[in-house]
Amino acid sequence: MVASIRIENLGKKYIIEKQRQAGSNYVSLRDVISEKVKSAGKRILHPTQRILPPTKQEFWALKDINLEVDQGDKLAIIGHNGAGKSTLLKLLSCITEPTAGKVTMNGRIASLLEVGTGFHPELTGRENIFLNGSILGMSQKEIRCKFDEIVDFAGVETFLDTPVKRYSSGMRMRLGFAVAAHLDSEILIVDEVLAVGDAAFQKKCLGKMDAVSKSEGRTILFVSHNTDIVQSLCNKAIVMRKGSVIFEGDVRAGVDCYCQSIKENNTDGKSHISETLELTGVEFFQDGNYEPDTVIEGKPFQLKMIVRANKKHSDVVVMAVIQKLSGDIQAFLSTDISHSVVNLAEGNNQVTCFVDDMPFLSGTYSITIKLITKEGEKLNVPDYKILFIKDGVRGEAISMYRKWAGEALINHYWESESI
Amino acid sequence: MKYLKNIMYAFISTCYQCHILLTRIELTMIKKNMSTIIEAGHANRNYWYDLWRFRELFLFLTWRDILVRYKQTVFGILWSVLRPVMTMLVFTFVFGKIARLPTEGDVPYALLVFAAILPWQMFSNALQESSNSLIGNEGLISKVYFPRIILPISSIITSAVDFCISFVVFLAMMIFWGVGFHIQLLLLPLFVFLSLLTAIGAGLVISALNVSFRDFRYIIPFIVQFGLYVSPVGFSSSVVPEKWRLLYSLNPMVGVIDGFRWCLLGENVQFYWPGFWASIAAVIVLLYSGLKIFRGMERSFADKI
Repeated sequence: MVASIRIENLGKKYIIEKQRQAGSNYVSLRDVISEKVKSAGKRILHPTQRILPPTKQEFWALKDINLEVDQGDKLAIIGHNGAGKSTLLKLLSCITEPTAGKVTMNGRIASLLEVGTGFHPELTGRENIFLNGSILGMSQKEIRCKFDEIVDFAGVETFLDTPVKRYSSGMRMRLGFAVAAHLDSEILIVDEVLAVGDAAFQKKCLGKMDAVSKSEGRTILFVSHNTDIVQSLCNKAIVMRKGSVIFEGDVRAGVDCYCQSIKENNTDGKSHISETLELTGVEFFQDGNYEPDTVIEGKPFQLKMIVRANKKHSDVVVMAVIQKLSGDIQAFLSTDISHSVVNLAEGNNQVTCFVDDMPFLSGTYSITIKLITKEGEKLNVPDYKILFIKDGVRGEAISMYRKWAGEALINHYWESESI
Repeated sequence: MKYLKNIMYAFISTCYQCHILLTRIELTMIKKNMSTIIEAGHANRNYWYDLWRFRELFLFLTWRDILVRYKQTVFGILWSVLRPVMTMLVFTFVFGKIARLPTEGDVPYALLVFAAILPWQMFSNALQESSNSLIGNEGLISKVYFPRIILPISSIITSAVDFCISFVVFLAMMIFWGVGFHIQLLLLPLFVFLSLLTAIGAGLVISALNVSFRDFRYIIPFIVQFGLYVSPVGFSSSVVPEKWRLLYSLNPMVGVIDGFRWCLLGENVQFYWPGFWASIAAVIVLLYSGLKIFRGMERSFADKI
């Protein structure tokens, strides 16, 4: 198979001039000239003295990127803000030039870094469809062919001849995406444009992207922070960090890798101490073995936490919240629910929570710990640790129905009898 | 007359050959299955092909500018009539009545001035529009790829609309003064084209510099003001001493304005051919260096803007 995109040693360097005044991001000719005159003057007055150039700092937004994307792949690019994702997309869509390296792309490229680029507020919806289409590289004939489809997708029939300045921001976005979605290209580059817009429209867009990639074998590069969307749309992923690719491979593993780096960021410098309590560690155990961060679905599971207390506490309420990375709460484990009694002695204590059967299917979760003493002292440690769950026997058995399986499996059984 | 025939023939055949060449290039590019190579230090290799591929964008941007321009302003058309007429009145008074400069043949001085205002106004508008074209479309430049050269050029074409309006006014004035039309009128498009090329050459340089140095735009009104008096707008270029005439013609607008007067006012005007060729040469140099500078700076537009 021919690689759709091949990236070799790609790098992009920016030069940051420290000297520039805050608030102005451009150079004025006046400053340049006065700077030159000043330095020339200095050189005449003090010919022996070396003049230091203004402090320039090199900054590699991207460094040594090597990547190959096959035709029909849907590649997710994930990473923190400032990891270089957008810069990479800008290079691939020819907007800026690389400082080093080479990119070869086979096929027509359509990039959607922003929805509705080039919309003019004074022009009507109809006029803007044509304008935006041609900015994205469609020919007039193509736009005319797909005009009805675009209008239909955006759902703006009644406002076609209204200036876009009177549109709601949602309508403007829908129109912008609709135009871009109907581009005929072999490679589609999408930056995080779906972050805005309501859930229904997001779903529609994702469905459209999924459909084109399946039926037409398009290559899609997709940047997003939403790990759920990424997992449902893409089959491969790269994780970027500080301008380089730290992971390349399957999308699930990629999301896990990204989450791991979130964890590293999260636990840094957060206070786990209240007046008299300190949470020093949370550990996972399964089958009697210590597991650093991964447990298997469908098996008994223990959560052990080490709590140091400065004084004796009796009847402490301990809670552990299992959340998805998006923040959705999945499960709530509490001493209140199980009517357990936890007493803490002075010094180190180990508090263990027993779960009979880990119900969650494979994914990445975060664990929040809360402790409340009788006196009302609270210790709240959000997102203390990341928990990866792997599919067990049950999970693998239903892998073909994964889409309908949701997040958790409940223990249950079936019976049949003739009546 | 023999020049006229030759020039027209050359013009038409060049257009035709360009057309053939472009079609051929497009066919070969399609055959190559459209692969894009981006490499550090090399500009996009498909640049000229891309320019051709995006030719419709060029039309759309022009169309957008025109639409927006006349949509928002009630006085849009009236303004483009009033401005040249007022300039004509002032110049006729200052140069014709007070300075008592000679006209060409027996052409009314007002008409002599107006024939020069037509290209000059187009040129100065084009220069101002194009200088802001890149900054004004910042969003496009940082988010979408297309040959950037489309922006300044399309804004230059937009200013040709104003020209058409004032041209109608000029025709009305010719009829009013009873000045006959001449066969050279057919060559007018050539000079319109020449003035557009001049504007493109200068516009490319200025728009590119404007991205890097934002205060460059304050220089443009000065250039336009200065150029108005340096070019023979308010007077006939025949008042320039013969020995300086060729040097004077290195200002491309001299050739354009002389050409306009010759086309519009006919036998009354002595056309100075050496000056014309000098202007052509100057336009070519300007255009070439404009392209060179623009292409050189173009790659960093998205980073700087």
